[in-house]
Amino acid sequence: MKVAVVGAGPAGVRAVEALLAAGIRPVWIDEAMDGGGRIYQRPPTGMRRDARTLYGFEAARATALHAALDAAKPRADWRPETLAWNIRPGRQQLHTLSAGTHGVVEYDAAILCTGAMDRVVPVKGWTLPGVTTMGGAQIALKSQGCGIGQRVAFLGSGPLLWLVAYQYAKAGAQVAAVLDTTPFAAKAAAAPGMLRGPATFAKGLYYIGWLRAHGVRIAEGVTPLAIEGEGSVSGIRWRDAKGAEHHADCDAVGIGWGLKPEAQLADLAGVPFNFDALQHNWVPRRDAAGRTPVGGIYLAGDGSGIGGAEVAELAGARAALALLEDAGRKVETAALDRRLEKLARFRSALEKAFPFPAHLAAGLPDDAIFCRCENLTVGELRATTAGPQIPAPEVNRAKAISRAGMGRCQGRVCGAAAAEILAARLGCGVAEVGRLRGQAPVKPIPLTAPPLVTTP
Amino acid sequence: MNDTRFDVLVVGGGGAGCSAALHLAQRGTRVALLERGLVGGQASGVNYGGVRQQGRNPAELPIARRSRELWGRMKELAGTEAEFTVTGHLKLARNDAEEANLVAYLDVAKQHGLPLRMVGRNAIHVEYPWLGPQVVAGSFAPEDGSANPRLLAPALARAAQDAGATVLERTEVEHYAHDGTLFRLRTVDGREFTAPVLLNMAGFWGGRIAEAFGEPVPVKPLSPNMMVTEPLDYFIEPNLGVVGGNVYLRQIPRGNVIIGAGHGENDPGQPGQVPWSRPVPEVTMEGARLAIALVPALEGVQIIRSWTGIDGNMPDKIPVIGPSSTTPGLFHAFGFSGHGFQLGPAIGAIMTELVLDGHTDIPLEAFRITRFAEAAA
Amino acid sequence: MKLARLRDTDRPPLHLELEGRAIAAMEGDTLLTALLAGGAGHLRESEFGDGARAGFCLMGACQDCWVSVEGLGRVRACATLAKDGMKVRRG
Repeated sequence: MKVAVVGAGPAGVRAVEALLAAGIRPVWIDEAMDGGGRIYQRPPTGMRRDARTLYGFEAARATALHAALDAAKPRADWRPETLAWNIRPGRQQLHTLSAGTHGVVEYDAAILCTGAMDRVVPVKGWTLPGVTTMGGAQIALKSQGCGIGQRVAFLGSGPLLWLVAYQYAKAGAQVAAVLDTTPFAAKAAAAPGMLRGPATFAKGLYYIGWLRAHGVRIAEGVTPLAIEGEGSVSGIRWRDAKGAEHHADCDAVGIGWGLKPEAQLADLAGVPFNFDALQHNWVPRRDAAGRTPVGGIYLAGDGSGIGGAEVAELAGARAALALLEDAGRKVETAALDRRLEKLARFRSALEKAFPFPAHLAAGLPDDAIFCRCENLTVGELRATTAGPQIPAPEVNRAKAISRAGMGRCQGRVCGAAAAEILAARLGCGVAEVGRLRGQAPVKPIPLTAPPLVTTP
Repeated sequence: MNDTRFDVLVVGGGGAGCSAALHLAQRGTRVALLERGLVGGQASGVNYGGVRQQGRNPAELPIARRSRELWGRMKELAGTEAEFTVTGHLKLARNDAEEANLVAYLDVAKQHGLPLRMVGRNAIHVEYPWLGPQVVAGSFAPEDGSANPRLLAPALARAAQDAGATVLERTEVEHYAHDGTLFRLRTVDGREFTAPVLLNMAGFWGGRIAEAFGEPVPVKPLSPNMMVTEPLDYFIEPNLGVVGGNVYLRQIPRGNVIIGAGHGENDPGQPGQVPWSRPVPEVTMEGARLAIALVPALEGVQIIRSWTGIDGNMPDKIPVIGPSSTTPGLFHAFGFSGHGFQLGPAIGAIMTELVLDGHTDIPLEAFRITRFAEAAA
Repeated sequence: MKLARLRDTDRPPLHLELEGRAIAAMEGDTLLTALLAGGAGHLRESEFGDGARAGFCLMGACQDCWVSVEGLGRVRACATLAKDGMKVRRG
């Protein structure tokens, strides 16, 4: 049986581990040099920080995952620095590009563990050098030992906001401000549910408390107004919950509002998507074990709906067991299923604590740029409902008319905000305007004419 | 319900169907356009965007000439030029036989008043220094150019609405009947529409409508394999094609290069199903190879997106246009075989003349639906 | 944009060249880190007039950090390790 696993983060590692244990040697594809995914990304060789410094409370989990990754690599058909840029479900083929060489991987079953990226809301000035995603700010520090600036402001909501601010302060960067768009009341209301989460809630409180104790400027329930600067970031302006304007000097800003699935391959595989109202994300359809309506395609980890690293590890193993079960093997899944179910309940509380601030996207001024690639303004997107074309009833026609999502990133950065802006203009729910359809390649590939290499 | 009875029903919201709705509405006809998905969703909206006359089958040239006149005043017609730009179309020869083909077409063009200029072996690399060495000659059509296919059908649909047409998207007709006086169309969600006149402008699916009225045609689904690059400094002004048509490319002033070559895969589906089509990676790669051979500077440029849609392909590569041979009041215009975008605006005008005037000055004999049965007989 | 080196600052040095200008970097740097910690300021210009860009996601997703490396062609600066002697151009 030919099995392909795409992704070597927490989900991919545990999926491959379970396949190897069952005697299956999968083709294992990952874009990074060393695997490990984003959350537990290892610095390149030469860095000396220990796991405790790099991963904090998650050090033990990260160390265990790295051990599993290193043990699995030589036993699998490990293909690092390889982009799976397309999938052809009818032929059961994945199309890859690695160091300029195109390849075709044939599969009987594939587990897609393609991870997530930051979900962002555009802010005026967000294209200035010095603005990164929250995840980007964390990667700079974790994997490169660098802060995105000397004096950094963080803007967004969710657990990562507080964690990254804490990590920056600990590493010796000046944290200019932590600006949370979620009002304190929303988090407090969801707190009882979050207490179910093993230690996550306590960790969050610890970071907030630490930042307060160290005199870091913190504001909650803010409305961002602009990131300012000429050629690079020099400050950030926001309005507090009472309507007063504030400003902080800074040379960099990290922004992010939780995560969204990087589900392009699932989309190209023909997996239908549902709008998950709680996560406020479009997620590929799968059952609790990771099976999709498309034969042979399994999903696990944040790429199949945001669940976090701990869930991803369990889901990766579970998807591999589903694959084995469907291949007629006998598997034991009850304990795994119970743990996944428990974690799902916690996740639901977390989502309620940090709801996506759709109103911020919808309320952006007409002159704000929402699409970084094509340099499109919010006003240009709104104009798609006003002619000369027949009004855009959904995002793909808005894309056709305005070019939203037609740039190099194919809407993975602006798509969520574009849908909010359009839905608000049309006066309908965001689910009604749909989502940008995926189109190959998953990421840009060079126009070259090398021969295709097929590997079984 | 009153608004299910019309003078004319148009099935299919491509460029031609939307133009028909517009032209009919402009002349005061009660017309409804029924579109299964969204207007311009298939061949009309996702094609290459060539507004090209040169190289067409001679039978199509009178339509193409008329359409070119409409393209020239698209803003007035549809409220937008749909990015129509007269860049000229440069058709390239890569060997002696292809060059002979270009020379032979000069006479055809002359007969139809289509300006063409031969660019010979010496001139071609002087005038277009970015062309690859395999190019030996070209034929330049100064009136041709390109437009943005994503904008045209939705703009024509909007103009049709403004002129009084009823445009119904997400309206999939499942059942077709004619009771001797009226066409009765029933949608998959149970709505019924009636009219004494029906225009079948449903692209590939037009074959199914023709079949429902007892005149099947050998139409097949066709999915041109398209891709676009990241933006580059603007240097390719003319819309480029080659003899044989195995690659075509153009650059828009924003900088992206749009490349078409070969065909993707598709499933047009049964009524109630969503059709799908997708580019084929090997075809995309082959297209890349052909494009680089034509314009070597494209090597290493990033492809950021690929796509396709579904058109109707006829065995003789020209559409079916004209009255039904079985059912009075039924008119067809479908099967544009991958090159209908330029023709769409004129097709709407011609269909309007057939319906309202009973005749058109454009010769349509070559496009009659009975030609396949005649050939088989 | 100037990345601040906060940790692991004792790595062996690397020397790169950005459009003729010397860039001092460290082993283990990505091209993005090498350039933006080394004083490049930005990595590319928006094609559509919105000025300089310097990457955004740092994880290979946003496509806003493309640069050209002699002999390698166009690469995402955030996903490419810096090597001694690399000659880089913006965009």
